[in-house]
Amino acid sequence: MRDRLIFTGQLVFTLLVAAFLVVPAALSIMAGVTVNYFRGIQSGVTLQWVAQVWELYADTILLSFLIAFATLGVTLAAGVPAAFALHVQGGRLSRVVEEIITLPLAIPGLAIALALLSTYGGFSDFRRSWLFILVGHVVFTMPFMVRSVMAVFSTLDIRTLDEGAASLGASPWRRFRDVIVPNAVPGILAGSLMVVTLSLGEFNLTWMLHTPLTKTLPIGLADSYASMRLEVASAYTLIFFVMIIPLLVAMQIFADKERAR
Amino acid sequence: MNAAAGHGASVRIENCGKTFADGTHALEPASLDIARGETLVLLGPSGCGKTTMLRIIAGLELPDAGGKVLFDGKDMTSVPIERRNVGMVFQSYALFPNMSVVENIGYGLKIRGVPRQERAARVAELVALTNITGLENRRIDQLSGGQRQRVALARAVAIRPGILLLDEPLTALDAALRERLRGELNRLLRTLGITAIYVTHDQAEAMELGDRVVVMCKGAIAQIGSPREIYFTPRTRFVAEFVGAANIIEGPLDKGYLVLPGGRQPIGGDATQPTAVAMIRPETIAIVDAAGASLSGMIDSVSFIGDRQRMVVSGASDKPITVDAPNTVEAEPGERVGLLIAPDSVRLLPQEN
Repeated sequence: MRDRLIFTGQLVFTLLVAAFLVVPAALSIMAGVTVNYFRGIQSGVTLQWVAQVWELYADTILLSFLIAFATLGVTLAAGVPAAFALHVQGGRLSRVVEEIITLPLAIPGLAIALALLSTYGGFSDFRRSWLFILVGHVVFTMPFMVRSVMAVFSTLDIRTLDEGAASLGASPWRRFRDVIVPNAVPGILAGSLMVVTLSLGEFNLTWMLHTPLTKTLPIGLADSYASMRLEVASAYTLIFFVMIIPLLVAMQIFADKERAR
Repeated sequence: MNAAAGHGASVRIENCGKTFADGTHALEPASLDIARGETLVLLGPSGCGKTTMLRIIAGLELPDAGGKVLFDGKDMTSVPIERRNVGMVFQSYALFPNMSVVENIGYGLKIRGVPRQERAARVAELVALTNITGLENRRIDQLSGGQRQRVALARAVAIRPGILLLDEPLTALDAALRERLRGELNRLLRTLGITAIYVTHDQAEAMELGDRVVVMCKGAIAQIGSPREIYFTPRTRFVAEFVGAANIIEGPLDKGYLVLPGGRQPIGGDATQPTAVAMIRPETIAIVDAAGASLSGMIDSVSFIGDRQRMVVSGASDKPITVDAPNTVEAEPGERVGLLIAPDSVRLLPQEN
């Protein structure tokens, strides 16, 4: 009887907490498909707002994904070799470099953006292109890739594996391809998941770096909340949600499969 | 198997020392010749420089300026490990977790561009040779320690290396398995006829496997010799004590006798210095009747080990003397006994301070 009471209590508490978090999301999504939010759902259900958002912001959404995957590409190409080098090199210098890479986590995005603007703002072609935002995102997400790959290396004695492959005649590049990267896959997947998610959702830095022609999803969202009716902004949230959830689930499944292998 | 035979290279090391970036001298400049097909063991306690020496030969470590590594007379000092054609077995085995057993063994052949079919045949040959049949498609984390050791050996040998380098390959295993694999490894090395350099801190391994043993101490070579030479005629006190059990006794010399608290011990040769340090192996000492013995003492303890019994005798020398007596000798602690030691079993060591 007492156990039952405790269980029921815990269940109710859990459901309340879940509801506290889920209800606003559900309301927001609902708002996106309601004809008039102030009159409530009885005013009718429509996809007109979603269509309007898509029309207005399709290129923003696509650019967001382009930047997210470009960021992933750069952090993979630079981050994985960097993690390997830092791990193998060891010593104080590596520690310092690692700290520098991690610094953007502690520094406010606005400060990074200001630094980028004051340094490269003068190169107007660069300033106007989406590559400028890409740079900011790479700076911001790099520590997540480097750290998660390094974490895997430290459990694996990757240095000896590298020496083992070398003793069998493999060149540095072959070793990296055949031994280092395949064994770093769990870290690479975890890192990739973080990088894509963070890049898609990043606001602070991007807000400072964007131009009217280089907007990402969160910037568009802020834009629509500030300047359009609530239904449009909510429809925007809905699109954001619909696009990002399948992506995250797919990456998670992929990561789990890789871990089980 | 005969396909694998006779591809050993000779190795010559000239003045190879190693100072690490932090200033530690891991290895004093040392020179060494290793004949084609020979098994050379580098033996010593941890930190004696044996692994550093092996890594210099492997090409994983560069010797200090002036050092040279030659294979078959060819200077290899600046050639990286991947172009030295050496096989290496690591203490942790360094097997690739992302590859199966056969993929691990075949990796070196794949790198060399050996066609798939030929590769499979060679791998099968090694699987049979190292007794791992049935494990071919296992993942590395599904193997026991002994099985991993065999895969690591097969992988290193697969590429028909000129030199096989083994860095404490049995240390990670338990005692019984270690002893069995030691026998297997010995047979394999003889079968292959390959030049092998074997690093260990275990003197039993060194004795069984080595054609010659290099005893190392504090980054320097203490002695090079056959297992018998190292055991019976150690050149230093360190070698005497590190290889096998040894009684080290000191005393004044008097006309061919070592004068000890428990009597006089005849020594061979014609040493004339006033005092001497001598080594006597426990199994060369016989327990005899105290009456009439030139050296005697009192039994402190007797431990029955089975094939023999270990006795500790005090009073004969400054320090208690360890005696390995046959298991048939009857003696009790507290009993007075004589110690009979043949003069040529007494090995004089250089004085050290």
